[in-house]
Amino acid sequence: MSDPRQNNTELPSKPPIWNDPKYRALFFQILLISALAYFFYSIVQNTLDNMNARGVSTGFGFMSEPAGFDILQTLVPFDSTYSFGRSFIVGVLNTLLVTALGILFATLLGFLVGVARLSNNWLVSKIATVYIETFRNIPLLIQIIFWYSLIVGSLPAVRDSFSLFDSFFLNQRGINIPSPQYESGFIYTVIALIIGIIGSFIIKRWARKRQEATGQQFPVLLSVLGLVIFLPVLVYFITGSPITWDVPKLGRFNLQGGATVIPELVGLLIALVIYTAAFIAEIVRSGIKAVSHGQSEAALSVGLTPSQNLKLVVIPQALRVIIPPLTSQYLNLFKNSSLAAAIGYPDLVAVFMGTTLNQTGQAVEIVAVTMGVYLLVSLLISMFMNWYNAKMSLVER
Amino acid sequence: MYVTDKILPELPAPSNSKGLIHWLKTNLFNGPFNTLFTLLAAYVLYKVIPPAIEWAFIDATWFAETSGECKLENGDRKDGACWAFITNRFDQIMYGFYPEAERWRPNLAGIMLVLLTIPLFFEKTPKKAWLGGFILVIFPFIAFVLIRGGYFGLEAIDTGKWGGLMLTLIISLVGILFALLFGTILALGRRSSMPIVKSLSVVFIEFWRGVPLITVLFMSSVMLPLFLPEGTTFDKLARAMIGIILFQSAYVAEVVRGGLQAIPKGQYEAAAAMGLSYWKSMFLVILPQSMKLVIPGLVNTFIALFKDTTLVLIIGLFDLLAIIENVLGSDNAWLGFHTEGLVFAAFVFWLFCFGLSRYSMALERKLDTGHRN
Repeated sequence: MSDPRQNNTELPSKPPIWNDPKYRALFFQILLISALAYFFYSIVQNTLDNMNARGVSTGFGFMSEPAGFDILQTLVPFDSTYSFGRSFIVGVLNTLLVTALGILFATLLGFLVGVARLSNNWLVSKIATVYIETFRNIPLLIQIIFWYSLIVGSLPAVRDSFSLFDSFFLNQRGINIPSPQYESGFIYTVIALIIGIIGSFIIKRWARKRQEATGQQFPVLLSVLGLVIFLPVLVYFITGSPITWDVPKLGRFNLQGGATVIPELVGLLIALVIYTAAFIAEIVRSGIKAVSHGQSEAALSVGLTPSQNLKLVVIPQALRVIIPPLTSQYLNLFKNSSLAAAIGYPDLVAVFMGTTLNQTGQAVEIVAVTMGVYLLVSLLISMFMNWYNAKMSLVER
Repeated sequence: MYVTDKILPELPAPSNSKGLIHWLKTNLFNGPFNTLFTLLAAYVLYKVIPPAIEWAFIDATWFAETSGECKLENGDRKDGACWAFITNRFDQIMYGFYPEAERWRPNLAGIMLVLLTIPLFFEKTPKKAWLGGFILVIFPFIAFVLIRGGYFGLEAIDTGKWGGLMLTLIISLVGILFALLFGTILALGRRSSMPIVKSLSVVFIEFWRGVPLITVLFMSSVMLPLFLPEGTTFDKLARAMIGIILFQSAYVAEVVRGGLQAIPKGQYEAAAAMGLSYWKSMFLVILPQSMKLVIPGLVNTFIALFKDTTLVLIIGLFDLLAIIENVLGSDNAWLGFHTEGLVFAAFVFWLFCFGLSRYSMALERKLDTGHRN
């Protein structure tokens, strides 16, 4: 009798090496890596050759040289004697300023329009729809140029400024607002605010523990509002109102005093807010609609009041749907603020990629640093978003 | 006792539960707050709409030979819009500096594209795939030869002379075509089981999605010449196109990836069990199904790309907005009609984008066959 195992010779043999998926994968990946390596090598080599031929030195040495130009709006002291590196910081801060203000106002307007679109008032909901469909379908750049030229072209000259309470002035050079002057006693108000914020966190944790242990509720919102708002206000008045306001005054030709918001910032901000709010409104609408009606009915039938239903059932579930796309809209707003270059608002792109690049010719370094800043913020925000999604995602038991 | 033996006629519904009054009551004036909102909104509309209509239509000057006809005798502007600015320079807004005698060429290419595309919208057209393939693969060459010229006795026209709405459409159509190609490859790469391919795709996609388009355009216009061997010159339009394609293919890749993930695992396994190779299973089984799913998403990406083409203004190309803003804006014969130009550009873009978004919504409804897993 023959050994049955000898029949195994009929089993398929190992595939030839060029058909083995493992080796094929390895081969293609090595091929890809070498192609990329060659690609980058030739790019770097060409760039170095070209820079040599043009007599441009490589490296970041230029960052410490004096800039030799002025910037329209600076949040930190800057004039032409400061370095290029400083101009980079000014640009980043201006970008962050317009982004922060944009996010604040776009969120407010977006939520308002989103809720208005769900309103049972026919006229209000139609106006919201028309708003959304109009502004999100017009390129942002056109809107920015439009609002900016409207401000510069149609608003009155300084002498004929629109004024509100004789302390806010609107004219073609921007908006003039009273600026606060802090006196030494103001530090106590800041300290009170910090204490209030820390206290609120402690109270919130304590109230939660107590509710879990005993079931008794504590008016957290009221006490937090008291701590964060009432306490600093009280301290502010006890220490004798240590802020004085520098109110702009209309002189014969000019406005004196106060702080000026440049028209570039106003135009850019209006356009960014109107454009982004149209997208946020749609996100808010779909978020609220995503919470099924049954949830509200269930909440009301277990005896929650309508406001508790909103606070404990509808909003938490709607936020889970709203927050991820909302964050990506914030990210879009941040990236879109770079269009400021078109109207001359001194943001990172205009100051650093525009003026500084023209003055120094250090194209590679400057483009890399600018892209790096945007990339860094984008990655940070998407990391936050992933963390938030993981935290908020439904935990199914 | 009273018993009736005939059915009483139906009475009409009470007047407060039907008709105009009822509609007004439930939709506009239910409750004090809503009444307040309605009145407020109506007041705002009353303040905005009539003056806007008056400006844009009633008081407007539609046709004029010179800008003087849009002005009063003392040199001030008339109250209404001066659309004559647009109608007078319409050719330039459409074609930029493209020579007048040769404009039949882009026109012909455009008409061909429209005629070829129309049959795709009908269900019953035979051999749709071949027609689509022709539009995607062969037609671009025909269009390029027609518009650029230099072959078959056609006069060569430098890309520097292209402009206006024509350039906007060319940039966005060529952009989406290549972005679709690279985006699909990137999406497949991101789903690949080869670790190096996968991580390279992820890095590529996340990099371009993380930076604003304007920095990409700056990069391609300033840095691309540095990357190439000395002495090579590179067309300005081509540089911008490269930037736009790199940028947009990352977004397309994410949309396509969504479609790939929506295909149930059984389909992949079935294709493998049939003995199909990777590329065959992708092209015959997976991609046809996932592309159907992602068409609405792709249309939305295309809308974003279309709006983004305006940014080429910043690197000195003359698209629709740049012609109106930079060329006509500094035209001495028609100074001071900036607003009309911007409103017109906004209207053109709005028309395209709104139309496309409606189309994408209709597609979504039509393609939603209800069986998803």
